[in-house]
Amino acid sequence: MSAGQLWVSSAPDHHIPGTRRSGLAAEGVFWEISSRAILDDVGVVAPAGAVTGLLGPNGSGKSTLLRVLAGVQRAGRAPSSATRDEAGPATTFDGADLAALPRRERARVLALVEQDATTDLPLTVLDAVLLGRIPHRSLLAGDSDADRAAARSALDAAGAKELADREVGTLSGGERQRVHMARALAQQPRLLLLDEPTNHLDISAQLHAMRVLRDLAADGVTVVAALHDLNLAAATCDHLVVLDHGRVVAAGPVGEVLVPEVLEPVYGVRVDVLRHPRTGRPVLSFERD
Amino acid sequence: MSGSVPGVAGRSSAPSARPGVPGVSSRSAGWLALPVAALVLVLSVGVAVTIGPADLALSEVGRSLATHLGLGGPLGLEPLSALRDGMVWQLRMPRILTAAAVGAGLAVCGAVMQSLTRNPLADPYLLGLSSGASLGAVLVLLAGVPLLLPVAAFAGAVGALALALTLAGALGTITPTRTVLAGLAISQLCAAAVSFVIFWSAKGDAFREVLSWLMGSVASATWTSVAIAGGAVLVLGTLLALTGSVLDAFTFGDTAAAALGVPVNRARWILLIGVALLTGALVSQSGSIGFVGLILPHAVRLFTGARHRLLLPLSALAGASFLVWADTLARTVFEPRELPVGIVTAAIGAPVFAFLLWKGNQR
Repeated sequence: MSAGQLWVSSAPDHHIPGTRRSGLAAEGVFWEISSRAILDDVGVVAPAGAVTGLLGPNGSGKSTLLRVLAGVQRAGRAPSSATRDEAGPATTFDGADLAALPRRERARVLALVEQDATTDLPLTVLDAVLLGRIPHRSLLAGDSDADRAAARSALDAAGAKELADREVGTLSGGERQRVHMARALAQQPRLLLLDEPTNHLDISAQLHAMRVLRDLAADGVTVVAALHDLNLAAATCDHLVVLDHGRVVAAGPVGEVLVPEVLEPVYGVRVDVLRHPRTGRPVLSFERD
Repeated sequence: MSGSVPGVAGRSSAPSARPGVPGVSSRSAGWLALPVAALVLVLSVGVAVTIGPADLALSEVGRSLATHLGLGGPLGLEPLSALRDGMVWQLRMPRILTAAAVGAGLAVCGAVMQSLTRNPLADPYLLGLSSGASLGAVLVLLAGVPLLLPVAAFAGAVGALALALTLAGALGTITPTRTVLAGLAISQLCAAAVSFVIFWSAKGDAFREVLSWLMGSVASATWTSVAIAGGAVLVLGTLLALTGSVLDAFTFGDTAAAALGVPVNRARWILLIGVALLTGALVSQSGSIGFVGLILPHAVRLFTGARHRLLLPLSALAGASFLVWADTLARTVFEPRELPVGIVTAAIGAPVFAFLLWKGNQR
């Protein structure tokens, strides 16, 4: 774990004063499909209580990395890594080894919001959100009042309170995204992983989703979101990690990562960085060469 | 640990409790359906026993049952005449209870299969079980050893399961699609073998016997059938019905289930094997009765929604009552000729289901 500590210490310090939480740190993550490397020795750090944006072009490995971090897809070691350190991939959260946690316990620590998870079954929104309580109760038990209360406050936090009695199949894309977010929040995670939470959403719904993530981070949840929209990332993230062809090419605070020197080779476009007149955050403008 | 997300818990403001009231009441209405369905099943069994070529009164059924359960003496009830008692206890009762057990088991298995494969067209026979069982049954029927039929049918079902799972497993992780495709392959293979065997060697009575078995029937049920089908439902069916939370976790797919802490692969293997053993036991007693396992879970879902903790037991009770009545019709409509119950289940079930779908759409 010494290398992981290195990563942490090189990251900007976003710790909430008075806590000793170190956030998420992963290193040495490999993943390959038919001997094509999807993730090649990836190391990421997501500071505790901050929103970390995972950037990169299509196919750069963002979704795979999230799934490996969530433990729903086992990371492997590349054959060539046999001579590397013996530890293999290591993912720690607040100092605890995530891979070593029992599944159900891990599901109480972290939640994953997938892209476009759907069902054909007739299900109310409240029932869908109650699924998030499964890791918190015995597999034989039904929903307790506490579970229902947690589900309702999760709906509330995701801004989906008024949807509780609707059928999942009748929701619009933005509403469905809020419900998936609520389902993840019902798990009461300390680490929330999201795969393109703003995909297919209109601008207001996008800003709403990012607002929810900001609020969660303010409450101490460590948030990692794969994002396509660089300006959205610029406006809302604290920390950024840029993936390209399964490798981390840049990581750090927004102002250091969203610069032409990093983005131009990765995306193959010309980038101009402006300043937002009110927030002072970067605003990006793109041009094809 | 929940204290570390004060915001999530802390936002449960008082007004958010209000919209819960209608949800809670509809939820308890759902749970009320369980005792109602259980009562309907008991009444169905009681009434179905009275129906047949010789009319029996409900009180006679009660007297016969009390006598056989050793309560006749203490309650001061007269035993029935040997003929009428035999009709209740030896002929109708085992048949009706077998129908109830088979109906309950098939409905539960169907619901589990549909959830596991996330395929609304899945049924208990998906892994080639009915074709495998048919192959075993047809072989022994045509070889002239009908006594071995249940054993052969069960062996055929388990053999088909083993082949299907081996095939699915050989392709890699057993995903829903692979399960369905492997089952389809084995199913078609066994069906071809059954057709070939029948075409090559069946004639006359043997052919009729084979055909009746293929369409599914509980006509020859005995107390042994009740013990096998009922025992399998009580043990395996109850175990399956307890897995509601695990099946719920599969609602949004394998990744979502894994993220909720479910060991996806292991859960799928165990549940598939449980379904297969139960279906194999049922098929060995009744042949492959279609429709119940496919449609009943959908019909019950229209009423309960997709949560499994209520869906599974309610499907079992509804499936049991449904098959009791289907079999009663099968043996009485064209008296003295009997129909294979599989024809009746489809003939009643399809229009009823179409009506339910249409009604569900109206809401």
